[in-house]
Amino acid sequence: MAGQDSFRNLFFEEAEDLLGTLADDIARLKSGERDEEIVHSIFRAVHSIKGSAGAFALKHLVSFAHRFETVLDAVRSDRLALTPDLLRIVERSVDHLSVLTEAARNDRGTDQSTSDAALAVLDACLEGGVDVGSGSTLPMAERVLVFSFAPLALDFDDGEAKPSAQAFTIRFRPHPALYDNGHEPALLIANLAELGSIETDLDLSTLPDWSSPDIIEPAFSWVIRIETSAGLPAVQEVFEFVEGLCELSISEEHAPDALPAPFDTFADAVSADVPFSPVPDPAAARIATMKLTESPPVAPPSPAVAASAPASDGTAPQPTLRVDLDRIERLFNAVGELIINQSMIAQRVDDLQIQFDTDMTAHVESYRLLARDIQEAVMAIRAQPVKPLFQRMSRIVREAAEGTGKQAQIIMLGEATEIDKTVVERLADPLTHMVRNSVDHGLESPEDRRIAGKDPAGTIWLSAAHRSGSVVITIRDDGAGLNREKVLKVAVSKGLVPEGADLSEAEIDNLIFLPGFSTASATSLLSGRGVGLDVVRTAVQALGGRVGITSRPGKGTEFTICLPLTLAVLDGMLISVGGTSMIVPISAVLETIRPLPGDVQQIGPDERLLSIRGRYVPIIDLAEALGFPPAETDDPAMLLLLVETEARGTCALLVNRVHDQRQVVIKGLEGNYGQVAGVSAATVLGDGQIALILDPDGIVAPSYLGKSLAGAQRVAALT
Amino acid sequence: MQDPATSLGEIELVVFCSGGQSFSLDIRYVREIRGQSAITQLPHAPEEVLGVMNLRGAVIPVFDLSSCFGLGPTAADPRNVIMIAMNGARMIGLLVQAVSEIVSIQHSSIQDAPAMLGGPAQSHISGLIPLADGMSRVIDLPALIQRRLPVPA
Amino acid sequence: MAITVLAIDDSRTMRSMVRRALGAAGFICEVAEDGVEGIRRFAELRPDVIITDINMPRMDGFGVIEAIRQDAANRAVPILVLTTETAPEFKARARLAGATGWIVKPFEDQSLVQVVRRVTGSL
Repeated sequence: MAGQDSFRNLFFEEAEDLLGTLADDIARLKSGERDEEIVHSIFRAVHSIKGSAGAFALKHLVSFAHRFETVLDAVRSDRLALTPDLLRIVERSVDHLSVLTEAARNDRGTDQSTSDAALAVLDACLEGGVDVGSGSTLPMAERVLVFSFAPLALDFDDGEAKPSAQAFTIRFRPHPALYDNGHEPALLIANLAELGSIETDLDLSTLPDWSSPDIIEPAFSWVIRIETSAGLPAVQEVFEFVEGLCELSISEEHAPDALPAPFDTFADAVSADVPFSPVPDPAAARIATMKLTESPPVAPPSPAVAASAPASDGTAPQPTLRVDLDRIERLFNAVGELIINQSMIAQRVDDLQIQFDTDMTAHVESYRLLARDIQEAVMAIRAQPVKPLFQRMSRIVREAAEGTGKQAQIIMLGEATEIDKTVVERLADPLTHMVRNSVDHGLESPEDRRIAGKDPAGTIWLSAAHRSGSVVITIRDDGAGLNREKVLKVAVSKGLVPEGADLSEAEIDNLIFLPGFSTASATSLLSGRGVGLDVVRTAVQALGGRVGITSRPGKGTEFTICLPLTLAVLDGMLISVGGTSMIVPISAVLETIRPLPGDVQQIGPDERLLSIRGRYVPIIDLAEALGFPPAETDDPAMLLLLVETEARGTCALLVNRVHDQRQVVIKGLEGNYGQVAGVSAATVLGDGQIALILDPDGIVAPSYLGKSLAGAQRVAALT
Repeated sequence: MQDPATSLGEIELVVFCSGGQSFSLDIRYVREIRGQSAITQLPHAPEEVLGVMNLRGAVIPVFDLSSCFGLGPTAADPRNVIMIAMNGARMIGLLVQAVSEIVSIQHSSIQDAPAMLGGPAQSHISGLIPLADGMSRVIDLPALIQRRLPVPA
Repeated sequence: MAITVLAIDDSRTMRSMVRRALGAAGFICEVAEDGVEGIRRFAELRPDVIITDINMPRMDGFGVIEAIRQDAANRAVPILVLTTETAPEFKARARLAGATGWIVKPFEDQSLVQVVRRVTGSL
């Protein structure tokens, strides 16, 4: 069906929202809140998913949601008590619902055994918890008497393909309630007329005495004769909605030789218990209806909620606009080009030395600020809170804990922190990997933890915050920390680090990000077969960010992901090195230094240290590190750029020139080329030249330099 | 790899020379031909990777075709051009010595390259075509990209 | 003059689908997200027919019907309930509450249009 795809997407988006609401509701229940509105909200969310999923033939999802809904219905009608055990089951069922929804969204199959297990758990709840005493378990249908209309699949054709014209006589007398339900007899008769040719007569015998003052209710009745080849079911269908609100008899005018079979007309089935005579008291008809359907007392529909009652979550819905992501993408790219364009104009104005024309300067500056404003506004459009992503991690933690027999809980902070939508999507995999890693390798078994005097249940902290132009996401666990000895041994055995190399603790920790690194002796199903954390680092770098690690043995490990807030645009320092222009991300730059000869110490043939404010910092010749030919310079003084790196702390990069701060648009290299060690991306400068964007962490990694300066640092520390 | 360009079985090729030898490339791979542009070097790049260039805002890598075939770097010459070639979503630049002509030939006249050509460059060639002044090697662009780029296409 | 339909459902997927099905058939379809909003829109729009979901926050479908039918002047407007249930007791309950008819989810666009036509007499 044309356009069905967009409805499908809409459904999945909505399902995601609903799953988020479910997670919130469960969190509230877990914290002890016992508002019955929460249970209703949970029921509605699952019911809604089931209802909409049905429209897209998502069978697995529908059938699981249906069973889940049945259990929830029992809870909300107080037939099942919400014990901590049941709450846990509800939570895991929501997780499973999440899994099924995701699978359906990506057209993937799911593991049937997991589904069966989840269903079995739900079924067990129902069997155990249903209260038999009140008799409410009996199927309701049995308790409803004749007024209910079980669709009669009357088949007159007996295999005959050709419908033949039949004649029916219909006696129809509406009760007042029929009118009160928005029905209009004229319409019903008109609908009948669509089936064939009809003759309608007012049944004069049933007219009331017009002179009586008690006439307040209409009391007409009709006799209709219809000839139709549509069959009895079609005729009955016309009156489907008004059954119970009228007196109705439909009798077929039989062909002379056919004998009427018992109950082969609708009239017989209905009229057996209902007297076909004017109902004296309309109210009595209503009461009669109510008595005959012995449904448990219907909860009176809640009257209009007091106007001032707020929505239960307290937030008023903001007016929103749905926009195609493509359009945002185009807008995004256009803004990126705008920034470059602005930068080019600024450059040109500079070159032409017009800067002393204060008007021009002011205009160019306005342009820069406006461009920045637009950029921020566009970024805000795509910004989303990390909450749904974190909630997904919550499920991952539960799964991982279950899968490894460990106990883990997750604490989330800063879920309202917003980051660009595409970043959220691209963070999902790396984050999942790291969270699983923390549970799988970081946390100890409950037994080991007990021995260590820790709470047998481990904790994973997931937090997000904005920090001076970046988004910082941390994943911390209170597990055993990295086993540095083991890490070093593995790295050496895989040839990632030369034998006997002396590495600082931070350097050893960062070894786990190297390709090919894995300490899993048995492939851990959870963290992925041999897929190492280098994939995570690559993914984060592709987003223009950095990932680092700190670890304390016995105490735990913390991963830190730093992402630029503005995805496509980076604030950087333009430098020249080896005849090439490069950009160093401002977030890494500490300061520029022109050292005095006495500040530089030569250690060994190739290594130099900078003495600064009582510390020693390694000097790295950037041109040499990058394999660029050394630039010719007539400037005898050294120029150092102090940068902060994850792996090596502070380092000093030897460069030729430091220009100014620029805002640049990040252009990835992966699309057309591939990864380049030491370079995270490229950009086009105002003059059309390409400048590579430096990755300071990549430059200082021991494997990159092929040697370690830790030895020098140690010497320095002793001095 | 070679689909007949037209129902007549004809294909068009750009013929050029690099490292003193004749090469050709199916014109459907060629996006444009540009004069020399500023190229920014990449760190620790192999010999044949000259660096990256700015093509209307896009950052694309430039290869010295002559180096790709082990024929040494291309000597600077005013006739040098960079052919912008595209395979799928990837765009690359190929520095060549000079462009000769564009020919239209029958698909069937492409001959298999004899194995004795040898060397790693063998896999970059999809065949030979006879031209008025000798044979020209037809470049297999997807294979070249596959072999020369750090990440598989 | 085109028939105006008010569709009340807390699922935006459902709202969109109902809107699309009715719009294609020439109806004017307005929407509301829950019962309270539905009542408000009803008063503003005076639609020719209402379609409402049952399970909604703040006020459910039955609440909507009751609130509308309370005013005798509103007894003639057809109200259809959109529901996944097909059980007879549900239908009886709906009828009791004042619903004119029902549409079962998932629905075929044509079925939806037909039911709306039936209760509004439009062709």
